[in-house]
Amino acid sequence: MPPALCALCKTERALIKRPKNYQKLCKSCFIRIFEDEVHHTITSSQLFFPGEKVAIGASGGKDSTVLASVLKTLNERHNYGVELILLSIDEGIKGYRDDSLETVKRNAVQYDMPLKIVGYDELYGWTMDQVVETIGKKGNCTYCGVFRRQALDRGAKMLGIKHVVTGHNADDVAETVLMNLLRGDLPRLSRSTSIVTGSDASEVKRSKPLKYSYEKEIVLYAHHKKLDYFSTECIYSPEAFRGSARSLIKNLEKVRPSAILDVVRSGEDMARLVPGAAPSSCACDGKATPNQTPADEDNIGGCGSSNGRTNGGEMAAMEKRLRENEAAEAAGLETEITAEKPKARSQDKPNPTNGQLKTAGTTVPIRLKQKLGTCEKCGYMSSQKLCQACMLLESLNKNRPEITI
Amino acid sequence: MSTATETVPAPTQVEIPKISIDVEFTGGLEMLFSDQRRHTISLPAANKDGKPATIADLIHYLCEHTMKDARKDLFVLQDHLRPGILVLINDADWELEGEEAYEIQAGDNILFVSTLHGG
Repeated sequence: MPPALCALCKTERALIKRPKNYQKLCKSCFIRIFEDEVHHTITSSQLFFPGEKVAIGASGGKDSTVLASVLKTLNERHNYGVELILLSIDEGIKGYRDDSLETVKRNAVQYDMPLKIVGYDELYGWTMDQVVETIGKKGNCTYCGVFRRQALDRGAKMLGIKHVVTGHNADDVAETVLMNLLRGDLPRLSRSTSIVTGSDASEVKRSKPLKYSYEKEIVLYAHHKKLDYFSTECIYSPEAFRGSARSLIKNLEKVRPSAILDVVRSGEDMARLVPGAAPSSCACDGKATPNQTPADEDNIGGCGSSNGRTNGGEMAAMEKRLRENEAAEAAGLETEITAEKPKARSQDKPNPTNGQLKTAGTTVPIRLKQKLGTCEKCGYMSSQKLCQACMLLESLNKNRPEITI
Repeated sequence: MSTATETVPAPTQVEIPKISIDVEFTGGLEMLFSDQRRHTISLPAANKDGKPATIADLIHYLCEHTMKDARKDLFVLQDHLRPGILVLINDADWELEGEEAYEIQAGDNILFVSTLHGG
């Protein structure tokens, strides 16, 4: 068949078919429109201010590499006036992270950005290799995810930076929406859809400028711009629940590519039904108030390979443990409001006719926003006496065979 | 999962003409293909029905002859390319070229990119 021409410039041969609208574009028009759309997300959500220092959570993978490249381009093109720094976490996984960190080091040179690497060993006294040696492969993603979240915040603090951007894309958000839907966890669903997380109480805010970008387009952008990225799976990654949600999303995309953004939008709409959280979708069609939620709870978990992805079962189990723990210490800083214990959940269904969830006081348990205190041990913000990382460390240190000090 | 791969009928490829193409694997897929990104493939110009070889035939060929890894399901699911793997035919999205039905030409560059790996 004769090659199709680009729908925009009408001169070059089309090389890309956009999943969101089937538009056929040539290479340079695609690169331009991809960047323009990220710019639109950034400006409509007012993600940056001039003079702001912004750390890019960089893993060396495709998403964060594309994020770094696009932000550098846009910062120069549109004079955001932000100072960009690459921030990488070294989980201490031999044969995986040491290789991807080499990629980040090259990126630092390619994009002319300073690079800061923060290691789990220096922060927690444990590398992930040691954690796995102690607890086995099962459930290690929980540790890694909790540690990483704090590590990014602490790394940012060391640099005097109050804003970390991550490479989460539309497919990631859609996956998370589905997972939280399948777990019946509306509060987390709500948080996972907002483009900005982290409150005034927390010192570091997070945002995801690629939230509306298809994974397919991110990969194509990286390909056509010949970006240098690293792709391998974390050697400990179990891929359980997240993997199923991921396959589901990819299968849906095959049949109807718009499904991914539709799931993201549905997630945003559902989020509005959750008390205490009211994220707007792309802020251009409404008020540009970024949703602010406690950072210490958002999007915990995730293995190194997957930029914040997590194994649902493990995380749910740990949360149950954390919740039990906090129930035992009744007083404290915790202000979680539940009308009933979650076990009664199965018989509670939102009334489908009014399309609204019942709020606290009725039978549906809905966790509202929590007040933040600080961890007794490390001073990191936490809604409980001990932050999640310190709780995990406590149990790890108990199991450490011979503590050599 | 366990598609028997040893049941390929012994090819009597004496006089079947071959076409030479470049096949590349990236985004993590190289793992499945001997950790090698670039492969030069001599593909039978026609499939067993005598029709010109297509991308679908190439995918079968790669599974049977090139992939040493046993995890075929990471590349092919239910006889089709696994969703989440992009194909670029001479740098163009295969969706613009008829996907599996595209008839392969000598000298083509076919790139398989996985989007399934972390970032």
